Amino acid sequence: MAEKIATRESYGNGLVELGAKYPEIVVLDADLAESTKTVYFKKAYPDRFFDCGIAEQNMVAVAAGLATCGKIPFCSSFAMFASGRAFDQVRNGVAYPKLNVKICATHAGITVGEDGATHQCLEDMGIMRTIPNMVVLNPGDDVEAKAALRAAAEHKGPVYMRFGRAPVPVLFDANTFKFEIGKGQILAEGSDVTIVATGIMLEAALNAKQLLANEGISAEVIDICTIKPIDRDLLLASAAKTGAVVTAEEHNIIGGLGSAVAEVLCEGLPVPMRRVGVEDQFGRSGKVPALLEFYGLTAENIACKAKEAIAMKK
Amino acid sequence: MDSTKLLELKKTAVNVRKWALTAVYKAQSGHPGGSLSLADIITYLYFAEMKVDPQNPADPMRDRFVLSKGHCSPAYYAALGLKGYFDVKGLETFRQIDSIFQGHPDMKGVPGVDMSTGSLGMGISAACGMALAGRGKYRVYTALGDGECQEGSVWEAAMLAAHYKLDNLVAMIDFNGLQIGGNITDVMNPTPFDKKFEAFGWHTIVIDGHDFEQIEAALNEARTVKDKPTAIICKTAKGKGVSYMENNYKWHGNAPKTPEYEQAMNELNAWEVSLNG
Repeated sequence: MAEKIATRESYGNGLVELGAKYPEIVVLDADLAESTKTVYFKKAYPDRFFDCGIAEQNMVAVAAGLATCGKIPFCSSFAMFASGRAFDQVRNGVAYPKLNVKICATHAGITVGEDGATHQCLEDMGIMRTIPNMVVLNPGDDVEAKAALRAAAEHKGPVYMRFGRAPVPVLFDANTFKFEIGKGQILAEGSDVTIVATGIMLEAALNAKQLLANEGISAEVIDICTIKPIDRDLLLASAAKTGAVVTAEEHNIIGGLGSAVAEVLCEGLPVPMRRVGVEDQFGRSGKVPALLEFYGLTAENIACKAKEAIAMKK
Repeated sequence: MDSTKLLELKKTAVNVRKWALTAVYKAQSGHPGGSLSLADIITYLYFAEMKVDPQNPADPMRDRFVLSKGHCSPAYYAALGLKGYFDVKGLETFRQIDSIFQGHPDMKGVPGVDMSTGSLGMGISAACGMALAGRGKYRVYTALGDGECQEGSVWEAAMLAAHYKLDNLVAMIDFNGLQIGGNITDVMNPTPFDKKFEAFGWHTIVIDGHDFEQIEAALNEARTVKDKPTAIICKTAKGKGVSYMENNYKWHGNAPKTPEYEQAMNELNAWEVSLNG
């Protein structure tokens, strides 16, 4: 079995590496450094770490001010508070003036687990995607998370990054993995249906491919880490090849990957489509595997929806 | 303060008022009342206090200013234009589709604007970020509305500024007592400002925000304060300088019609003439 690492760990470790390369990087947190893993940066660079207390709105606008003075602020909280509590500051304080602030949100999605609905943000990609100038990244494993983090540091402008709490398998080889903002990648070729997955749903998507193969169905699997700007060319080319698409995300099916892919396909190449995600509900307390099962974020459900999409082909 | 400097500041402030009103009149939209109450504060900051160079607006070592009460952009733009960041006549295009002079300050469009603002309660936080970055290097000033202090995030910023001992940060509270919905104490009483900021760990000074000698003394005092940010509570009159606008909340966000504009300009011109003795 592959090694499992939570992408928040990847974030915390990746930040320390970036801190050495970029002296302008400063890190802000809202009393959650032990959970978001910015505590590693705090220990490595105490003079470049600012705890803002439980005050996310202020934290984001403080980051904006730091960015106007040439710093590269990474500010962290849980996805719920980074995208929800501080929305106005993110929109008006960071994105409108296109400031070089990275909003790094951990504890995204239902895999927060036992803390339940108030802390399980299922709307953040949708919220952040609607803001002009904002890049939205949702990495799926340790290798992709660190690569996306490096790309975010190099990108001049606002970036929203989404990390998870629960350990997830390492899927990619750090020695060969290539990452570019705005580019998706084909993880496995196929001809009957395209599974477009993001974040922690990559593993389930690859398992769904196997389930479908057992029934003689050939599925292509695409990894979309950059939710915005989305890789339109890759999606259209794959849809042209397979003629049916399923999306998979740990997010409300409204607003996130499923919506972004639907927008591209409806305008570019309408094909039958299904969305796997949380179906416009709030989360609830539970253990991670039970929650994934409860909300249908499974390989079985992806395979089922894939067959539905294929059945709609004329 | 010597009399020449005082006279120049007073004349500049009248001009700031004239240009702020002209911008709002031409646009038939904008916020004259708070622009007029802020005029003397912003004039002193740009013409006597801050180390800035309109020829080098991106100088990394410059002092910074954040208009946290961003709707008072007419006074801000007027001060920047008169200081020489751009031709002040550009204010005649305020709020028009092809203008850089957006309703609220846009740092990407207007030379000299250090931070985009407009959503209340946010500018003071950005100023805290600038002050963190500029510790030991430059000073940071922000102007807040009194009604703006009803925003909870103002007090989040107040906590942070004291916690990080930002003694290079000065917040000027434009205490004109009125907000869009009426008297601030009737809408939602945010006072007493001095006791609140003091309780949050700030050094506080209460002054008449239309008296340049008091503004100067307060800002000089702020420079001597160590390990604490300073809040200067500036008692002002909303609409200051135009008789029918003074202390009338109806002029928070209304533009004068032509006869009203003409009367206002006549009053301000008369004020300017009186200064010349």
